[in-house]
Amino acid sequence: MSGMSKIVKTISSITFPLITIYGLYVIAHGHLTPGGGFQGGAIVASGCAMMLVSYGSIWIVSRVKEKNLSILESLGAVCFILLALLGLGFGAVFFNNFLVGTNSLFGVVPAAGSGLADINTGGVIPLMNFAVGLKVIAGLFGIVLVMAHASRTKGEKK
Amino acid sequence: MSRRDIAAVLSFSIVAMFFIFGALMIHPFGAPDETGMDDNIITNAQTETGANNAVTSVVFDYRGFDTLGEATILFTAVAAVIMIFRRLNK
Amino acid sequence: MIFNIPFIAVAALILIGLYAVIFKRNLIKMVIGITLIESGVNLFLITLGYREGSIAPIYTSSPGGIMALPVPQALTLTSIVIGVAVLALMLSLVIHIYRHYGTLDVRKIGGPEE
Repeated sequence: MSGMSKIVKTISSITFPLITIYGLYVIAHGHLTPGGGFQGGAIVASGCAMMLVSYGSIWIVSRVKEKNLSILESLGAVCFILLALLGLGFGAVFFNNFLVGTNSLFGVVPAAGSGLADINTGGVIPLMNFAVGLKVIAGLFGIVLVMAHASRTKGEKK
Repeated sequence: MSRRDIAAVLSFSIVAMFFIFGALMIHPFGAPDETGMDDNIITNAQTETGANNAVTSVVFDYRGFDTLGEATILFTAVAAVIMIFRRLNK
Repeated sequence: MIFNIPFIAVAALILIGLYAVIFKRNLIKMVIGITLIESGVNLFLITLGYREGSIAPIYTSSPGGIMALPVPQALTLTSIVIGVAVLALMLSLVIHIYRHYGTLDVRKIGGPEE
């Protein structure tokens, strides 16, 4: 599809970084607040889809290749499975949360009950959030990009 | 009206009856019957997984295999969509 | 019985989706029906996990009190992402069917006259 008017392009350029930052915040605080990898990834992918609608798929495809998005998505999946396998190696079982209680990165156990948020908790859950978030961003944006690029009309090839 | 339409209407009405009866005779809203597993997770999620968000601890720790299957489905769907549109985008 | 309104809404959503899948001939409308069924299932899972007067199962600055069941919410989260992926796959197949046959009517696609 082709791009839209100058006004839409300007507003999209202004709001796209804010949407991306908010989505990354939701991903990074997935173990503390409502949200997580899926929801934050969907937010960032929505921002990318907004850029796609306003600028047109030809402009986007000349900068972002779908092959690279596919590689990013596979990277997220591999990171996720690798973290699960590390649980098998360090602990006893697949998907074992081996980082919790070690007081290292993300290893602090919070006090039971209602409390303030401490970002340094959660074990492997924040890392898995990042892996799944990368996977969802690349996957959803890849789907939207491919479908939008396939629906362009004949005269728009430039 | 062909025989096929009559069969469709009949089966749809029977399924609709089952759904309406099920919606009326299920336990009252806001009072689930069995909550033992969820109470256990709510009580122990903070000490066992270290996450304040019990839903995230269920998604990535207690039921990680579900998330693995879901990631597989997402990967398969993305790969299939890119494969379907590859010829069109040439 | 009147307090079962969420369950009745679930039944209505699923039945509307089922109606669209069974009686409509347009493929896009059938895809919309499948999405409606999926929304009904998601609403059913969320409704099952609600307790009277409960809060979300998150401990960060929580006001205290009983919490809703976390497992149905987590499974709904999984189900939503699966729904998006399957919806994209269905729509791309529908696009291909339209390009190949030139119609979206299921009675004309692969019918007996072929």
